[in-house]
Amino acid sequence: MSDDTQSRSRRSLIKSMVFIPMGVAGAAGAVRALQPAHAADANAPEGKPNDYIPSFFNANEWKFLGAAVDRLIPHDEHGPGAIESGVLEFLDRHMQTPYAAGDIWYMQGPYLKAAPEFGYQGKLALRDIIRVGIRAFDGYVSSQNPGKVFGDLDKKAQEDLLKAAEKGELKFEDISSKLFFSNLLTEVRNGYFADPKHGGNKNMGAWKMIGYPGMRADYLDWVEVRDKPYPIGPVDLSGRRA
Amino acid sequence: MSIVKNKVDAVIVGAGWTGAIMAKELTDAGLSVVILERGPDRDTQPDFAYPRVVDELEGSVHRKYLQSLAKETVTARHSVNDVAVPYRQMGSFKPGTGVGGAGSHWSGAHFRALPEDFTVRSNLEQRYGKKFIPANMTVQDFPVSYDELEPHFEHFEYVCGTSGKAGMLNGQVSEGGNPFEGSRKKEYPLGPNPNYLGAEWFYKAAKEKGYHAFPIPASNASGVYTNPYGCQMGPCNACGFCSDYGCLNYSKASPNICIFPVLKGRKNFEMRTLAQVLKVNLTGDKKKATGVTYLDAQGRETEQPADLVLLCAFSLFNVHMMLVSGIGKPYDPATRTGTVGRNYSYQNLNRVVMFYDQSVHANGFIGIGGGGATFDDLNGNRNDSAKTGYIGGGIIWARQPGAGPVRGIQTEPGVPNWGSAWKKGVKDSFLHSFYYEVQGSCMSYDDAYLDLDPTYKDAFGRPLLRMTFDWHDNEIKASQYLVEKATDMCKVLGPKAMKGDAKKDGSHYNITQYQSTHTCGGAIMGSDPKTSALNRYLQSWDVSNVFAPGANAFPQNNGYNPTGMVGALTYWAATAIRELYLKNPGPLVQA
Repeated sequence: MSDDTQSRSRRSLIKSMVFIPMGVAGAAGAVRALQPAHAADANAPEGKPNDYIPSFFNANEWKFLGAAVDRLIPHDEHGPGAIESGVLEFLDRHMQTPYAAGDIWYMQGPYLKAAPEFGYQGKLALRDIIRVGIRAFDGYVSSQNPGKVFGDLDKKAQEDLLKAAEKGELKFEDISSKLFFSNLLTEVRNGYFADPKHGGNKNMGAWKMIGYPGMRADYLDWVEVRDKPYPIGPVDLSGRRA
Repeated sequence: MSIVKNKVDAVIVGAGWTGAIMAKELTDAGLSVVILERGPDRDTQPDFAYPRVVDELEGSVHRKYLQSLAKETVTARHSVNDVAVPYRQMGSFKPGTGVGGAGSHWSGAHFRALPEDFTVRSNLEQRYGKKFIPANMTVQDFPVSYDELEPHFEHFEYVCGTSGKAGMLNGQVSEGGNPFEGSRKKEYPLGPNPNYLGAEWFYKAAKEKGYHAFPIPASNASGVYTNPYGCQMGPCNACGFCSDYGCLNYSKASPNICIFPVLKGRKNFEMRTLAQVLKVNLTGDKKKATGVTYLDAQGRETEQPADLVLLCAFSLFNVHMMLVSGIGKPYDPATRTGTVGRNYSYQNLNRVVMFYDQSVHANGFIGIGGGGATFDDLNGNRNDSAKTGYIGGGIIWARQPGAGPVRGIQTEPGVPNWGSAWKKGVKDSFLHSFYYEVQGSCMSYDDAYLDLDPTYKDAFGRPLLRMTFDWHDNEIKASQYLVEKATDMCKVLGPKAMKGDAKKDGSHYNITQYQSTHTCGGAIMGSDPKTSALNRYLQSWDVSNVFAPGANAFPQNNGYNPTGMVGALTYWAATAIRELYLKNPGPLVQA
């Protein structure tokens, strides 16, 4: 909070430095000046995150995520919540990347049981861990509360269930609740903190909350400054400032 | 049917540091050289260009600049009696791919080994007697000395524009550097980088504890620099995207900016990217290599005949290539015979995090990969193993390669992983915490080794490399000792909270947590062909026209980062090829 106030008052005093790299012998033509992050008014709304229409998740999954994501990173006095930050949009888009399809994971079998020190040894790629996990979670809730799914429960009950899943205490048929929870939490955090270009972190709200200058990537003038907070607010990959 | 290319003098597998150095040295000598690189071509422009390169999701989650484990990985197990399972997701170590290899996404910490790191076994025997070394510990002396490598250490530092401060210059202590280092003939090419808060405080705490802190030698240029090849570097702007990322700024030394620009115009040099080498081809008696077989960018099986084959892949994959090609005899832990795969070692890394209130601006988002401070008071011969109860040594350092929130935010003990309390936790700590790390040596043992997995295959149908490795009591004791020293030191700095992670008694190697990409050994250099795969010139004892430079050659690992040593060893081997081998091709050391 105090960081934000400070940064706004100092923003006009200090301009972002733009470093022009040295040429490399024999490759001079390949070098061009780095593009500065162009100023734009980032406080202008970027559309309502809730208007996003999912293309990966179905309606049931969307309902689960709408509730779970809000419990994991709620709106509060510390900063924006995951929902208003667009984390749902991030999740839907991220599940459609090669990464979520297991593109850089070794996916061949056999799938043997191993000690936790060897990591996940199952055959589900990330997007399937999330999908199978949601279905299993809702199935579990329905078995305990006929006619209801996770999204129908009150916040306290949802939190208690997520805590139980985090510890692996919920027993699902198709997937470990702990595995599902840890992957979901990682993705929610990724969406909350990654550059807005990926769909979350609208208006760089998460960066403002923690005081991260974002994608400035140029701090030589601040390495040895000790007595005051970094003065400029964040900038994102597209050059917007906040 | 294979495509057969025209024969070249030398074929190099991999375009990282070792491949680039070999290509430079051998084309200088007039040889025709082809590099086969499994990954894509990469250069500062356009691949590492700002701003896209600093996307944390692409760099540190999608691992854009690292190798895809879907194609090649390893399996791992703790002991010979276990069934190994695949390293399915990137965790403990991060091999690179593409032009530059791990040399483009490293941090830049650029150490020389200590003189005593070259003589581990004889040094221990001399200090404590022959019985002191446990029977299962297979440490060996390097078959080369610090003095022999000194000119090569120096040259590699000058190629990289290493920024630091000499501590021992021509036998004289030089104020401000490391008084325990081996003597060097020249000062570093550039002075040290500026200190971020954690590094500045490190000097304060170290002084109070009587340690001799010095700037970490960093191949992150502290000023404008032109290397001996005419390649230019610009001053590091502390962007905070070193580890996992290519440098956007011509500041972090890499094969891409320090060596390849010189090679690109050479008529006797060719780089083929997206060229996946499958095996080294051998003559029927397995005593000579005739070239390599690879899949070209279109997936066509292609043969590249060559007089010399240089294995310049990441250390683990050099060993893999030797095993799948039938070079040398695989190590058998039951009989302790065979050489390829033996003495696999790692690095013993642990961290202590310090948390402060809002008045302390630690600014962890600022980063200079190799910058910071360290000391050698607990490393090398300063460790009295009779007193501390462990063999080896280590360093404590303040190093801040830069952190962003996707890469993870450390929170104070007791902070939950989600919800409002987590939000408060990350908000409190992000700008106001920093860490020191303990980087310990890792000895080699008769039951820590590499071989081929009996079950799992890579995307090309070859057996995966199997890693059998676990922590031994010696390294666990070292971790506890060094973390305790680090914690004592941190207390001087009065944090409101601390978090430390010394290894607990009986704890096992956890491949899911990033520790270090310093995987060492497996095809080690030595003076006895019964206990080493390579001779003192990194030449295969068994196939004399194959050389395998890399950290695979370390008989055990010391407390430092390996890159400085890897570069020096590669220049040493290249010099031997130029001055000895080419005049009289064949074994440079008689078995």
